[in-house]
Amino acid sequence: MLRRATLDNGLKVLIQEEHTAPLASVWCWYKVGSKDEQPGLTGVSHWCEHMNFKGTTNIPRDQVKGIIEQFGGSWNGYTWIDQTTYLETATRDALDRMLFIEAERMANCLYHPDDCESERTVIISELHGGENDPDQLLDQELTATAFKAHPYRHPTIGWLSDLETMSRDDLFGYYRRYYLPNNATLVVVGDVDADEALRLVEARFGAIPPGTAPTRRRTVEPEQSGERRLQIRKEGTTTYLKIAFHAPAFTDPGFFPLLVLDACLTGAKGLNLWSSFRGLPPQRSARLYRALVERGLASAVGGALLPTEHPFLYTVSITATDGTSSDEVRDILIEELNRVRREGVTDAELTKAKAQLKARLVFDHESITDIAHQLGYFETIASVDSFLETPSRIAAVTLDEVSDVARTVLIDSNRTIGWFEPLGLGTVKSEV
Amino acid sequence: MPSTPHSSDFTVPSYGLKPSRAVLSNGAVVIAKETRTIPAVTINLAIRSGSVCDPADAPGAMFLLSRVIDRGTVGRSTTDIADDLDNRGITLVLSVTRHLFSLACTCLSEDFEEVFALIGDIIMSPTFPEAELAIRKAEVITAIRQDDDNPAVRAVESLMAQLYPAHPYGRRSKGTVDVVEQLTRDRLAAIHAARFAPSELCAVVVGDVPAARATDAAARVFGGWLRPPPAAVPLPRTIPAPARRRLVIPMMNKAQADVAYGFTAVARNDPAYYAFSLMNNILGQYSMGGRLGDSIRERQGMAYYAFSSLDANIAEGPLVVRAGVSPENVERAVASIDEEVGRFAREGATARELQESQQYLVGSMPRALETNAAIAVFLQTSELFGLGLDYDRRLPEHLRAVTLDMVNAAARRVLDPDRASIVIAGPYREP
Repeated sequence: MLRRATLDNGLKVLIQEEHTAPLASVWCWYKVGSKDEQPGLTGVSHWCEHMNFKGTTNIPRDQVKGIIEQFGGSWNGYTWIDQTTYLETATRDALDRMLFIEAERMANCLYHPDDCESERTVIISELHGGENDPDQLLDQELTATAFKAHPYRHPTIGWLSDLETMSRDDLFGYYRRYYLPNNATLVVVGDVDADEALRLVEARFGAIPPGTAPTRRRTVEPEQSGERRLQIRKEGTTTYLKIAFHAPAFTDPGFFPLLVLDACLTGAKGLNLWSSFRGLPPQRSARLYRALVERGLASAVGGALLPTEHPFLYTVSITATDGTSSDEVRDILIEELNRVRREGVTDAELTKAKAQLKARLVFDHESITDIAHQLGYFETIASVDSFLETPSRIAAVTLDEVSDVARTVLIDSNRTIGWFEPLGLGTVKSEV
Repeated sequence: MPSTPHSSDFTVPSYGLKPSRAVLSNGAVVIAKETRTIPAVTINLAIRSGSVCDPADAPGAMFLLSRVIDRGTVGRSTTDIADDLDNRGITLVLSVTRHLFSLACTCLSEDFEEVFALIGDIIMSPTFPEAELAIRKAEVITAIRQDDDNPAVRAVESLMAQLYPAHPYGRRSKGTVDVVEQLTRDRLAAIHAARFAPSELCAVVVGDVPAARATDAAARVFGGWLRPPPAAVPLPRTIPAPARRRLVIPMMNKAQADVAYGFTAVARNDPAYYAFSLMNNILGQYSMGGRLGDSIRERQGMAYYAFSSLDANIAEGPLVVRAGVSPENVERAVASIDEEVGRFAREGATARELQESQQYLVGSMPRALETNAAIAVFLQTSELFGLGLDYDRRLPEHLRAVTLDMVNAAARRVLDPDRASIVIAGPYREP
């Protein structure tokens, strides 16, 4: 049973009792992500997330370490295109401690100039670590090419020059603008009493004043009018290929039909960004797996349709087997996508996709951390109600809807194709 | 911090998994634990046939076996298996560690019996079709080539080769391209026939199915499996490094360097294991990377990650420190690791550090044992090392019994910068 409340300062609160383990999970979600960033400040949302682990007015810097570990707990956070979020999961005794940390994080972070400088190099190190992975590098370039206007185009980590030049005032100003109770959702799930939990939330957050709701300027991505291509040629060992199509937002009617279509093409993943994508989906009989992996052309194929506030991308990623050319993989992939566009999927495929998604939704909800993530994630990008309707929305998808979405999304002029062409190791003279 | 609970108020709730354990007449072990969190079941079947069982001339054989064992059985084609799994939304995960060959999946409770029978069939009756073997070889070769271009993998694998020069722990678990290319269907079938036997099997079932039903299913599937126990694989002694060693692997196409720094440390059944575990937590785990994270990430801002890990195993497993740093910070990072490692050995931990780590490791147990998959891995580990069915209840006592002297003795036993093995892989060359 989900308990909902909104405090006088605008903070939305979602509480769900789950008495399966003596644990509680607290997540605090902010409607701010890399899509809210202006040129020159790319990466600021993520950098703020890092700064919000570095002490507050009432949690001195030297007392941050261990503050939740004392309760056997873990804590973390992440930033993506629509959201920034923080979590603690610990024994239920720690509920008030977790709420205290999140209230402090909302209102009283320090942004000491020395900490800002020290974190600059940590984040640049994180960026460089990502660039070590050709697949991740290709993904970043593909997204930047697929979007030419919407801020989904820039990477959440930010562009290097912005990370090198951003100031402490930029960071602190951004923090103050977006970290408001009326821009946040607090989620509590676990072995708690909902009434008592709500009372504790009010005690910790009730006095935080609301602020002026952030102004949201929205650029709508113009319709793509022709295929885009990009190639990365770098030293490496492996060919990677990705194809991205502009796709419906979570609340658009085409989202669930496309989710079902993706399950038919690459296997169902579920909808939990926190946990669903850690392992492989059930995909041995999926179309693209059979066309590429079972024919020895690819060692891996994956599809990704993520729930987002604005229309984002449906991406298919392929790792070519050693010795297979990107042309060969690309031709087969496009042939298969054109086939599903022409013919749709079969009734048996639809039934299988729905069965897979039903199972994945069950698996998505095993831990209280996962349950809390889902409630907060969907309240932030859409509404918790739209999330609660997910099983019935999937069950209601028809063959015609899948055919329609295949015909409208998987068209040539809506796609961006990128590939990483490995130049043999040691073939490029380095100036490093 | 005003009006927050104090750690002294905190007590760990008393709980216990209390799984059931049965041994079938052919020696197969079945461990079952019923949970009611979600209508799903995790099945985790492990054979004591990890990469240490690779033939000396074919490192990587077990890994390739794991890629092809589930692609056809005497009674099921690869398509049958694919449809059986996919129609139920199941991903079968096959993995090979040093000592275990595992097949694991989570399915809806309603599918339990059929899925268990399918996995049993895969373990007992694989056919290794030639066409499938060719496809999976190409996949493994691609994975090896990806590893060749991955600084983190290169650093850790090279460190293991340095630490275990004449020991199976030092081998690449995926093997080499040459070995994979030469492995035949007959060779894999022979390895399977020699190493897969009921005496080596432990079947763990955790989830929304009564323990008796799980045990019955296991008896039905595996009860008639008859094969003699395989010969034991002797492990050579591990020899601590006599001197500091350092290897640089230039990968000039990369943006960041990975540092792997380590020692041979401790076996899982060594009485000092718990002291090592706490020492590792203090050095490179607690909160955001322990002392190493404090120094390298928090104080010096040099790296996104800096931590240590301890892999106590049947033989003395390694303690490995890892950091990812820009090329200009490599020497400073290595010096910082030297400083923290050396200081720990010289000065030891503080009583407060030990108390914090003990409290954390004990307190984190309910979280660590929250999901069916996590419980299944815990029970497999307990069985592998003979820790007992009540290990989850005894583990806190073991951790609390560790004294500061024990932690500091563990640190002195292995932490010595003069005997560290160090590998740096990335856009860096020796000065």
